[in-house]
Amino acid sequence: MMALPLLEVDSLTVDYRTGRGNIRAVDDVSFTLEKGEMLGLVGESGSGKSTLGLSMIRLVPYPGVIVNGQIKIDGADILSYSEDEMQSIRGKKIAFVFQDPMTSLSPVKKIGAHFEEFIHTHEPETGKEEALIRAKATLNDVGILPERINDYPHQFSGGMRQRIMIALAIVLSPEIVIADEPTTALDVIVQAKILDLLKSLRDTYGMARVLITHDLSIVLERCDKILVMYAGSLVEYANSGELYRNPGHPYTRRLLQTIPNVEFADQKLEAIPGSPPDLLNPPKGCRFSPRCEHSKEKCRLERPQLVESSPGHFVRCFKENI
Amino acid sequence: MPNVEAKRGILARLIPPLTSLTRRGSAGWMTIIGAVMVSTIILVTALGPWISPYNPTAINVSPPPNPSPPSADFPLGTNLLGQDMLSRILCGGSIMIQVALLSVLFCFIIGVPIGLLASYAGGALDKTFTLVMDSFYAFPGLVLAIAIAAMMGRGVVNMALSIGVVYVPSYYRIVRSQVLTIKELPYAEAARASGARGRTILLRYVLPNVVPSIVVVATVNFADAILTAAGLTFVGLGVGIDVPDWGWDLTKGRELLPSGAWWVITFPGIMIVLLALGFTLVGEGLSELLNPRLEK
Repeated sequence: MMALPLLEVDSLTVDYRTGRGNIRAVDDVSFTLEKGEMLGLVGESGSGKSTLGLSMIRLVPYPGVIVNGQIKIDGADILSYSEDEMQSIRGKKIAFVFQDPMTSLSPVKKIGAHFEEFIHTHEPETGKEEALIRAKATLNDVGILPERINDYPHQFSGGMRQRIMIALAIVLSPEIVIADEPTTALDVIVQAKILDLLKSLRDTYGMARVLITHDLSIVLERCDKILVMYAGSLVEYANSGELYRNPGHPYTRRLLQTIPNVEFADQKLEAIPGSPPDLLNPPKGCRFSPRCEHSKEKCRLERPQLVESSPGHFVRCFKENI
Repeated sequence: MPNVEAKRGILARLIPPLTSLTRRGSAGWMTIIGAVMVSTIILVTALGPWISPYNPTAINVSPPPNPSPPSADFPLGTNLLGQDMLSRILCGGSIMIQVALLSVLFCFIIGVPIGLLASYAGGALDKTFTLVMDSFYAFPGLVLAIAIAAMMGRGVVNMALSIGVVYVPSYYRIVRSQVLTIKELPYAEAARASGARGRTILLRYVLPNVVPSIVVVATVNFADAILTAAGLTFVGLGVGIDVPDWGWDLTKGRELLPSGAWWVITFPGIMIVLLALGFTLVGEGLSELLNPRLEK
């Protein structure tokens, strides 16, 4: 018998129940995450990637509702957990790093107080000194001088604050760290350093990571697997090397063409024509069909199923089995 | 964990911030000057019965004609009843300060927790309290205080309550607006995502960020409460005439002003202004000091 995956998301569906109608932000998404793996969750704004991330800690903002599916951590479905049980695993088993490091720390609390508070939440028996020692060790691991633990958040730069947020996320050694666009607010040099730090967590902490981003290029070389979302649905899911060499979905292919490549000086960067669909009134067939250069009549009428085009490579497109 | 904190005495915890106050520029100095003004007035008032040269309520301590202008025997002059104004200044702040302290305490105890809870919970609770508070807010403050004081009768506690009722809505409003902003900020959400309970988020993340605003409201409220207390006494709803009070002296001084006896109204007026100014300075200074971002 195969070992249970660490995280198993099965046909997860999340709706936003707005006054103007139902918006299906996450539509029947399934994937698995193994111990120590790094998964890249790629999609443009409004593709449902952040909603998918937040639903993994059951904090989908109002009026979002998880209407169907299962999210299993170590085989236990967290959707059946009570709010109390949920609180005890948030941060402890599954941690979340938010997009904006500038406002993710309370401005009137010293860095050390954030760690104390957080450690105390999950391990009330841990004393203050012990908590600070662990905080310092973790800060050191993410490249922040441990003696700065008594400084306030405004005394750090954006990149440093994001390192602190990552230190907070990993101090209790959770099994999964979800980072939602952790580098969007930072410049490219700092971005690369933060991403490499996330990547290196495997060696020191052995935790699985989910990196949510709109930028396919930053996950290609760092993630083991990549999941591409478009308009709420999973369109492609594969190992990153396989996805790069052999993209199955026209959307993924177009995304890859938008990445500048230094080897081709005369490369023309192709924008994807059109804009993402209105989810209140999504296209009837394949969600991408209005923007797809290969779309046929069938694409506009019927929704393609997710098919395994080669082992471990899933694509939601008719072209694969036409 | 708390016993580490407890081992350090209150004094030991106060001294480092005091020495660092002067290094915080004008905000530090404002706080110090304000605190010195307020504590001096409170100290003088507390010692008043012992240090005043005459009995502040005894009439005709100075031989007629009264009111007499400031002289060697009566440095601040006397009023129509021949009472010594210096003694009345030294003793007359007691009621006002008690009323102001009590009313601020009352506002704090009622306004802050209601504001925190209702606005954090949101929904019907928030709407109900906002409606009630706004309806109080619609009244002119002094008129409402006068109405309540007239209903409840004289006395320090009644005065404090009637002033408190007027100011609770301003605490509620400031707390509410802050909570509504803060509970949506990423750090509150990050706390939620790290498994913190609602109570923890409210007390450990929201409250500390609201405190600077509350302190400012409290000091402004304090200054205002002194003026309102003076106003209540002025219209005769304060304490009895047998108690020395700056408010009373204002009332009587106003009647004497046309006859040229400026000293009867001027000195109690200056005391009220100084006390209110002291609190305002402390408030303005603290609002900057409590913001770690402005630390040099």
